[in-house]
Amino acid sequence: MSATTVPNGGVVEEPPTPRRELRVPHGGWRVIAAKELGDDLLSVRFIVLLIVLGMAAMIPLYSAADQIRQHAQDATGVPAIFLALFIIGSPDYTFLRVDSFVAIIAPLLGLAFAFDAINGERSEGTLPRLLAQPIYRDDVINGKFAAGLAVIGVVLLAIVGIVAGFGIFRLGIVPAPEEVLRLGAWILVTFVYVGLWLAFGLLLSVVFRRAATSALIGFGVWFLFTTFGPLILDLVAKAISPVTGTTIAQQIGQLQAQQFITRLLPGELYSEVTAVLLNPTNNPQATLPGSLGQVQQAQQQLPTLLAFDQSILLVWPQVVVLVAMMVACFALAYVAFMRQEVRA
Amino acid sequence: MSESVTALEPDIAAAPVLEPTEANESHGPEPVIRTRRLTKKYGDLTAVNKLDLEVFPGEIFGLLGQNGAGKTTTILMLLGLSEPTSGEAAVMGLDPAWEPREVKRRVGYLPDAVGFYDDLTGRQNLRYTARLNGLRRDEAEPAIDEVLDQVGLTSRANDPVGQYSRGMRQRLGIADALVKSPDLLILDEPTTSIDPLGVVEILDLLRRLVTERGLSIMLSSHLLSQVQSVCDRIGIFASGRLIGVGTVDALAAQFGDGTAVIEVGLELPTPADVDRAGTALRGIAAVESVEAPAGGSGTWRIHVRPAHAEGRVRQDILVAAVNSGLRLTALRPVVPSLDEIYRVAIERPIVKRTGVKRRGSGRQAGERRPE
Repeated sequence: MSATTVPNGGVVEEPPTPRRELRVPHGGWRVIAAKELGDDLLSVRFIVLLIVLGMAAMIPLYSAADQIRQHAQDATGVPAIFLALFIIGSPDYTFLRVDSFVAIIAPLLGLAFAFDAINGERSEGTLPRLLAQPIYRDDVINGKFAAGLAVIGVVLLAIVGIVAGFGIFRLGIVPAPEEVLRLGAWILVTFVYVGLWLAFGLLLSVVFRRAATSALIGFGVWFLFTTFGPLILDLVAKAISPVTGTTIAQQIGQLQAQQFITRLLPGELYSEVTAVLLNPTNNPQATLPGSLGQVQQAQQQLPTLLAFDQSILLVWPQVVVLVAMMVACFALAYVAFMRQEVRA
Repeated sequence: MSESVTALEPDIAAAPVLEPTEANESHGPEPVIRTRRLTKKYGDLTAVNKLDLEVFPGEIFGLLGQNGAGKTTTILMLLGLSEPTSGEAAVMGLDPAWEPREVKRRVGYLPDAVGFYDDLTGRQNLRYTARLNGLRRDEAEPAIDEVLDQVGLTSRANDPVGQYSRGMRQRLGIADALVKSPDLLILDEPTTSIDPLGVVEILDLLRRLVTERGLSIMLSSHLLSQVQSVCDRIGIFASGRLIGVGTVDALAAQFGDGTAVIEVGLELPTPADVDRAGTALRGIAAVESVEAPAGGSGTWRIHVRPAHAEGRVRQDILVAAVNSGLRLTALRPVVPSLDEIYRVAIERPIVKRTGVKRRGSGRQAGERRPE
């Protein structure tokens, strides 16, 4: 889909042609993406989500800031203190942390911008009109996916920017270069994770004729995954592969099988990646520290930090699986859309 | 007397020529739409069955049929939005199944129940379409202004479409189809759910577009009277088949009973006048029967057989009226209503058609006549 004509008054490689000369335009997906992006950024749901996410980032940040201030003296020597902004929360409410909040909200973000992408056009009666324009049919779904990813990127960067800015200006914590790298990698993985839910929302919007149905199913799946998902998979894993082995090797094998099953949940994969990327002292099996005290404790136990490239190596499989899941979801939506009749 | 003559003049002037028009017979320009045994099946259901259709440049062609007769399916196939099960179609000489984008660049389409983005203004909606058609900004804005003016929406162009009435949306839909400067317009049910005045406006607009822009138009409808008033030729669809094509008159000849009707308004003060009128009218050659109104004065219905003698009979009536001293108030050929034709057409069992052989004049209704 190489674009020779940028419809946005941009570069035209062909020589100027008289008006009746018909140029069949290329890059229709960009026109669609630009329009969708404009719609999304002005939409109520974008503003609501921004407020919700802003609060979700600010509340844990305040409690983290308190802790960091209290431990200021002890904290001076603590490595990766900047990243602690994202993983330390209130000691009373362990879920009040930036990273876990993002993990919970991220799927919502993806679903919110995709659940009515196709069926919305269908119910408004704009789909036949859109498809009657000289574009490829997949331009529609590609453009919408691209616009969704762009909005997600904007939202994520905004949240991370708020947290980082708060850390730098209010607490005077300056990130080390490696921390910036880790943060960048985390944003990328989060982006992929949200992209997965965006693709899932897109799939729902293709399959279900009514936006309300696809929204309900999407949020139902999200709820199931975040609340009961680990529980259910845990039960399934124990049923399929109970730890009954008599030798250590057998037991390890069965435990690994269990872990494999729990990793079928994208949320599980994502939290493993987050744990490793945002906590350099961590390894994927360890539980996440809940407070700065625990961070220090952990660091006393493991005085050497994991290098950035080592952390990346550690989570590479999870990242690949997340990307693969996103691509698979989008591919399903794509194929379903291409095979659908225009008329309902 | 003189006033009655002036009154009947427009009627005579507007009378359609009942003889088959030669224009349709010419081997002139390439058709803008040509389908050949075009078929679409959804599972066991055959939505469109071996359709042969031709639409010529500069004409308004009406696809007439009930809901579910296959009109929309045909249109979707012509636009490359639906793949034919078999057969082929050519639009502007291009195969929509293989070059849908080229076809869609040249064809403006108004879908059935057209929708717009309600939050955007009319102008913004059109701008989006213009950009999807690859119009640069400096080309798009004049084109948008022009089409908005043509459909009479300039004053409301900057209001959100959510505030538009149904008729305004429909007109915006036509503007939307026009903004790409198409050579062919395909309109699916352009007058559905619009009030009568709005219908007249839209049909006038379509007629103007053909004369001003040199467009060809294909429109589908289940409203017979509207198709009749605006279309040059009509194709009647029933359960996926085209059961008749041609002008209203040709279809009347095909599906009618072979008679034509003339309405004669007469002012007859005395019973003697009534007798005289009856004798004079019955005496005209090719007049089959005469229906007189109860009181004598009023509208007389003259049945003419064969139908194509109608023009001559009308002239003879005028002469007879002058010779017998009858006071005419009106003289009007009754254009056979499509409703009538349509009812006959769909009731008539579909006999194997003889006219499917491809010939230049294959579109003349008579050739498709069931045996």
